[in-house]
Amino acid sequence: MTDLIAIKGVTHAYQTDAGPLPVLDNLNLSVPEGRFCAVVGPSGCGKSTLTRLIAGLMFPDKGEVWLHGELVKSPRKTVGMAFQNPVLLEWRTILQNVILPLEIVAPSMPKAKKEARARELLSLVGLEGFEDKRPSELSGGMRQRASLCRSIVHKPDVLILDEPFGALDAFTREDLWQLMHQLRAEEPFTALLITHDLRESVYLADQVVVMSGRPGTTQYVLNIDLPSPRPIDMLYSAQSVEWLATLRKQIEVAQGRTPEKEAQA
Amino acid sequence: MTGINWQKIVTPILAIVIFLAIWEAWVWYKGWPTYVMAAPSDLWPAFWRFRWLFLENSWQTLWRTMVGLGLSVIVGTLLGMIMGLSRMMNDALYPLLVGFNAIPKATVVPIVALLFIGQHDFNTVLVAFMISFFPIAVSVAIGLSTLEPEYRDILRSLGASRFTIFWKIALPKTLPEFFGALKVAVTLAFIGTNLVEIVAPHGRGLGSLFDSGRIASNYPLMFAVLIALALLGIFLYYIVVILERIFAGWAERRPT
Repeated sequence: MTDLIAIKGVTHAYQTDAGPLPVLDNLNLSVPEGRFCAVVGPSGCGKSTLTRLIAGLMFPDKGEVWLHGELVKSPRKTVGMAFQNPVLLEWRTILQNVILPLEIVAPSMPKAKKEARARELLSLVGLEGFEDKRPSELSGGMRQRASLCRSIVHKPDVLILDEPFGALDAFTREDLWQLMHQLRAEEPFTALLITHDLRESVYLADQVVVMSGRPGTTQYVLNIDLPSPRPIDMLYSAQSVEWLATLRKQIEVAQGRTPEKEAQA
Repeated sequence: MTGINWQKIVTPILAIVIFLAIWEAWVWYKGWPTYVMAAPSDLWPAFWRFRWLFLENSWQTLWRTMVGLGLSVIVGTLLGMIMGLSRMMNDALYPLLVGFNAIPKATVVPIVALLFIGQHDFNTVLVAFMISFFPIAVSVAIGLSTLEPEYRDILRSLGASRFTIFWKIALPKTLPEFFGALKVAVTLAFIGTNLVEIVAPHGRGLGSLFDSGRIASNYPLMFAVLIALALLGIFLYYIVVILERIFAGWAERRPT
C-alpha cells in the first residue's frame, strides 16, 4: 500500500521579533491511502502548522511533504479542510456553503449537478430540510456537520481535520464521531485529524501519533487495529482503556512531566 | 415576515409628534417671540410660503450630497481595500488619514473655494466627499484585515486566486461594516454640502435659503430649513437602510 501522506524530516521555525521559534523538528509521519491518522500532543507542539504544511499553505524550512507521490509545492485541489470554527459563510445558505469548493475546483460543473452533490451529502449527515437555512439558524453541531460536508464535497484525497469537534458538547461530539465513520464508509478518504481528545483519537483513528512538545517531533505511534465503523461502546473495552492509558502517559512525557523511561516501565 | 409591522411605523411617528408637542409647549410656556425661538406651528407657514424654493433648494443640496457620497464610497472603499490588504500601506496611510480627518472642514471650505474659484458644484461635492470618506475607508480596512485566517485557508487550500478569495469571501464579509459606515457617512456628507453653502455661499441649496432667512430676519424660515435638512437626512439614511437590507440582510439576527 502506498503512503498517501508522507512527511519526511520536516523542520520548521517561525520568525518572530525574539528570533526564530522552532515549531517542528525532524517530524516524520506517513499515512497509507484510506487510513485515518490522529495526531495528539500538547498545545503549541506544531499540530496546526502540520495541517498547513500538508495543505500546501506554507512550506517547511527543511524536509519534504509528499501527497499522492508528489512533492507539495503549492495548494492542491484534492485537499479538504475543516476547522474547530466551522467558518460557514453567513450570507450563503447551507446548500450554497457546501457548494463553495466545487465553485473553485470544478467551475464548469453544471449548477444542478453541484447542488445534487451537496444535497446528497447534506442528507447523509442528517441535514435534509436545512438546505435553504442560513448558518446562523443552525446549532453548533449542525454547522459542524455542514462544514464537514463542505470539506468532502469535491471528493478530496486528503481530509485535514483541525479539531473540528473541539467546541461541541460531549453528546454532539459522539454523534459526530459516529458520523465520521459513516462518512468514511460512503465517501472513502485518507484523513489526518488534529485533536486534544484521546478518546476521540482512539475511536476514530487507525493510527494515533503522539507529538512531543515544541519543537514537535514524532514521539510515539499507536496502531488501532480495528475495522471501521466501530460501535461507540468500544471505548469502554479493556483494550481501549489500555490504549488510552498508554496515550495518556505519552502525553505526560510530551509535556515534559514524566521522563520517557518511566512511561515505558 | 408577513404583513406590515405597524408598531415599527407608528412608534417613530409618535415619537416625532411628542417631540414637536413638547417643543411647541415649551415655546408657548416661555412666551418666546419667533426671533428667539420659533415654535413648530410657526414653521408650517414658512414652509408653505416658500414651498417652491424649498423644493428647488432641497434638490440642489441633495444631488451634490449624493455625488459627494458616491465619490466617498468609491474612494473610501479603494483606500480601505489598500489598507486592509496590505499591512505596510495600513501603517503608512493611517496617520495621514486620521490627521486629514481631524482638520475641521469649515477651515477647508475657504481654501477649496480659493483653489477652485467659481467652481461651486465641484467645490461642494469635493467638501461633501472629504468629510465623509473616512469612516468608509476605516471600516472597509478593518473588515478586510480582521478576516479570520480559516476563511482564507478554506479557499486557498483549493488553489483559489487572491481575487477569488476577495470576491467570494472578503468582500461580502465586509458588507455589514461598510453599511454601518455608510450610515455615518450619509449625514456627514450633508454637513459637508451645507458647510459650503453657508461658509462660501454660491446661492444654491438649503444652506443659501438659511442664509436668506438670516439676512431677512425671517426666523421661522431658518428653523424650517433646519427641519428640511433633517428630513433630507432621514430620507437618505433610510435609502441606505433599504440597500443594507438587500445586500447585507443576512447579517441581521432574527429573533428565534
